[in-house]
Amino acid sequence: MEVTLQHYLAVGAILFTIGVFGIFVNRKNVIIILMSIEMILLAVNINFVAFSAYLNDVSGQIMAMFVLTVAAAEAAVGLAILVTFFRNRGDIAVDDASVMKG
Amino acid sequence: MPDLISALQLSASEATLAVGGLVLLMLGAFAGEKSARFVSVLSILLLLAATALAVTGPLGQAFNGAYVADPLAVYGKALIFLSSAVAIVLGDGWMKRTRIARFEFPVLIVLASAGMGMMASSGDLISLYVGIELHSLALYVLAAFHRDDLKASEAGLKYFVLGALSSGLLLYGASLIYGFTGSMRFDEIAAYAATNASPGLIFGLVFLICGLAFKVSAAPFHMWTPDVYEGAPTPVVALFATAPKVAAMVLIARTLEGAFAGSHDQWAQVLILISLISFAVGAFGGLVQKDLQRLLAYSSIANIGYALLGIAVGTTLGVQAMLLFMTLYVIDQFGFFALILSLSRNGRPIRRIEDFAGLRKDRPVMALVLTVLSLSVLGMPPLAGFWGKWAVFGAAAEAGYWMVGAAGLVASVVAGFYYLRIIKLMWFDPAPEGVEAIDRSPIEAKTIAIAAALFSFPLVMVALTWLEPLTRAAAVGYGAG
Repeated sequence: MEVTLQHYLAVGAILFTIGVFGIFVNRKNVIIILMSIEMILLAVNINFVAFSAYLNDVSGQIMAMFVLTVAAAEAAVGLAILVTFFRNRGDIAVDDASVMKG
Repeated sequence: MPDLISALQLSASEATLAVGGLVLLMLGAFAGEKSARFVSVLSILLLLAATALAVTGPLGQAFNGAYVADPLAVYGKALIFLSSAVAIVLGDGWMKRTRIARFEFPVLIVLASAGMGMMASSGDLISLYVGIELHSLALYVLAAFHRDDLKASEAGLKYFVLGALSSGLLLYGASLIYGFTGSMRFDEIAAYAATNASPGLIFGLVFLICGLAFKVSAAPFHMWTPDVYEGAPTPVVALFATAPKVAAMVLIARTLEGAFAGSHDQWAQVLILISLISFAVGAFGGLVQKDLQRLLAYSSIANIGYALLGIAVGTTLGVQAMLLFMTLYVIDQFGFFALILSLSRNGRPIRRIEDFAGLRKDRPVMALVLTVLSLSVLGMPPLAGFWGKWAVFGAAAEAGYWMVGAAGLVASVVAGFYYLRIIKLMWFDPAPEGVEAIDRSPIEAKTIAIAAALFSFPLVMVALTWLEPLTRAAAVGYGAG
């Protein structure tokens, strides 16, 4: 069986969906949310690279490089904010982030 | 290398901000914490210089079409950079009073402004994404800037998680658009989308709109807004309510009317649905709020509905109405947040709406300022907010969307309840017994609040005569170069 564009797009879509569900369904730990965000960005990267190879156009791969860089910066900022939250709260359970409501 | 030199000339304002921001960061790191005031002053000068460069600079395209300098970008950038400068002024005084003066605050705003400028003049999907992330990453940190405060760090965490999710949605949409059109550049996408509207392209477009709607806090993607407005420090919220919204609105106008002008029928439906939901959420959600900043969050959701309606119309008049609306709205918002910063009891800001009772007795000028601003945001003629809404309704009615405009009018009437409640509390209710006296107002916050109220009326009548041709030039001449 030959691996075609559709297969790559299917993998990308599945990973993307798992990532989105990981953010909404997960009620335990903020770290899991960070992992889900990373998963969404990598799913998008699969899409970009697959399209880039299919179209014979390099700009999709350039975009993938940018996404990788931004994902690293995003993880650093996210973990830093998580550390300040942990210092104030003493816990990082998702349900604890509920001082403000309404 | 004449090409590179002309490209750098075109993008001089962002380059200045990026390099200047890094220099200021070094300066702050070597001079230590006491340099916060100095770095703030330099940051404001830097933003003013960037505004001057953007306004006087040449127009055209650079970096293979990734960067576009046209009248729309110039207008957006002037508004964005000046708003950021005002936010630094407000933030500097606030940091001094709460004793958390740190030089990173102005530097982060400068770096966010570089990203917002990039958003305003993005010409392809790569610069769109990089601009959005450059401003978002700085804003996540700013939301959690008061790091010993539980609410601020919770606000930062929520903003980060939902913002990152929205970037993911936006990127997924961008990847589909790239795949189905075969290009990242807006003009090539426009050429393709004008003739074939394949389902995959529309699918990507909807994802892209969802991601951008998150950034302007339009319902149903507004979940983060009330919490961030309540938890983040007030000067940071003053920034959130102004510059990033302008940048994102300009970006939405550029993407939808530039790259997807051919599929107007498809995206207009999505935008109208989003603005109708925003009207409803903003009007009804605000009714039960007790915190003024949280109330302003719902007010901003409703107001973003109007701005999106201006874009949904899909005409030059609609874009012009959106720009005029955002300009007047930004000034009103600065008035509100400067007013919150200027009223405190024993060092604690007055934020609960009941605490404004009897303000007429203690601070008649501030009570008058809050009255004028509330009526203006409500859309009472002849105040500033009315003219913005008038322009949007005019554009909507002209294009046959008057039913949506009427829904906005109903939402304004419902929202009138919470603005009028504040006014009633201030002017007709007695002050609560046994509370401490109101502190002396910090001079910069007081000045900005009074200036914004004076702009709402009567200065707006003069300002409209030159805002009108400016916004028209911006709306007509885009994509030029």
